[in-house]
Amino acid sequence: MIREDFPILKRKINNNPLIYFDNAATTQKPRQVIEAIKNFYENHNANVHRAVHTLSLEATELHEKARKTTAHFINAGDASEIVFVRGTTEAINLVAYAWGLRNLKKGDEVLVSLMEHHSNIVPWEIISKINGFTINYAKVNEDGTLDHEDFERKISSKTKLASLSHVSNVSGVINDVKRIAKVVHENGALMLVDGAQSVPHMPVDVRDLDVDFLAFSGHKMLGPTGIGALYGKKHLLETMEPFQGGGEMIKDVIFNQKTGRCGIDWNETPWKFEAGTPNICGGVALMAAIKYLESIGMTEVIAHEKMLTEYATKTMQNCCTKLVLYGTEDPALKCGIMPFGIAGLSSHDVALFLDNYGIMIRSGFHCAQPLHQVFKLQSSARASFYIYNTREEIDRFIEVLKEIEQF
Amino acid sequence: MPAVEDYVARIEETCGEEKGAVVTFKYDKKDDAIAKIMKKAKLKNSLSGIIFDLTFEGVSFRMFSSGKAIFKGFKNKEALHDLLAVLLL
Repeated sequence: MIREDFPILKRKINNNPLIYFDNAATTQKPRQVIEAIKNFYENHNANVHRAVHTLSLEATELHEKARKTTAHFINAGDASEIVFVRGTTEAINLVAYAWGLRNLKKGDEVLVSLMEHHSNIVPWEIISKINGFTINYAKVNEDGTLDHEDFERKISSKTKLASLSHVSNVSGVINDVKRIAKVVHENGALMLVDGAQSVPHMPVDVRDLDVDFLAFSGHKMLGPTGIGALYGKKHLLETMEPFQGGGEMIKDVIFNQKTGRCGIDWNETPWKFEAGTPNICGGVALMAAIKYLESIGMTEVIAHEKMLTEYATKTMQNCCTKLVLYGTEDPALKCGIMPFGIAGLSSHDVALFLDNYGIMIRSGFHCAQPLHQVFKLQSSARASFYIYNTREEIDRFIEVLKEIEQF
Repeated sequence: MPAVEDYVARIEETCGEEKGAVVTFKYDKKDDAIAKIMKKAKLKNSLSGIIFDLTFEGVSFRMFSSGKAIFKGFKNKEALHDLLAVLLL
């Protein structure tokens, strides 16, 4: 039934039915999301806020309704705790620049881990070169799980922020961010969670987890590219300075004759972080994606993915002598992300061979080189599942892996 | 006068151990490109008519019947372009 909602799944690639296993990179879009985009541009398109005409009011209402829907989806206390951004990368950069640049100084420490996506490493490295604070990297075990002892050992009174992925985009390992946030807070630091690979796949409740910031992307959860969200606790967002300057994010810009300068009053949270015309249609489409996921239920989404992961792990373990699975093989510890390799073949060879049969997987280091260093790998092949994938697709995938093993 | 660009749609650098490039041939020229390369390069191994392990002038590469090839061991983009010129033109 679900597959019927995804027009692209009817496509053939190289005369084979499309099997899309690159969901950790981006997901396909159901017709409900495609229709929401079409409907917005056909019926409601206008710029939001500050205009009085009907279309603008409609667009503004939809835009703010999307914010409320997004807040409700992660159980935020208030819609004003949701800042619309381009995606997870921009959300983390927003915290790094708007909070980190002003609050971190020499002697302070930021704690991340070696399993992070580059988007949760590079912004901190950039800011640390300006402010001189220290970045500590918590170790990752050989099976890709976080070394909790090392993480907790590296938290001290000097730590001002810990930033950790909820789910690794390479291994699919799920981190116990609730436990970690508790330790982080006991040490007086803030907790940022990269939710790019968790929010689309499982129930995420920011109040239960008690995280200070949560970043995620719309395109990894059935929505379009170019829209994502930063959740931030209201009192933190309110004390932070803006990230970018421009229209929408100010109340007043008044030229002072005496000083020859403009005096500026920021807009309220969250608009003070949304300079320029936002991705209005993106927000509306994200709302449609969230409604679609809610109609299935996030508990069902994760259950389906765990079933596929368990099935894929079992079949991949036994199918080929040259195939190696990386990271933990315990489905209880992970989401539907399967990193693997085939001896004698590069990850790109594997991906291109599968592509010939219409099977789309990822190859390379998936923007997570430090984790590949932990695994002593230069790159890996990665299959990642979502709600529309099936056991039959995994069977076909295994058949092709058996074939390529003969090379 | 024919040029490499007549056959090649896109050259993309790969990431990871196989620091190299994926060359995608233009869809309507891919069969022609594959045939020309197969004539000039030395075939080391192949499977199912899908993947071909080849070498040419000390550079090893793998070509796929879908119209893509992964090149490794070339000095820079210009060197790859020169190699493609010899193979395709």
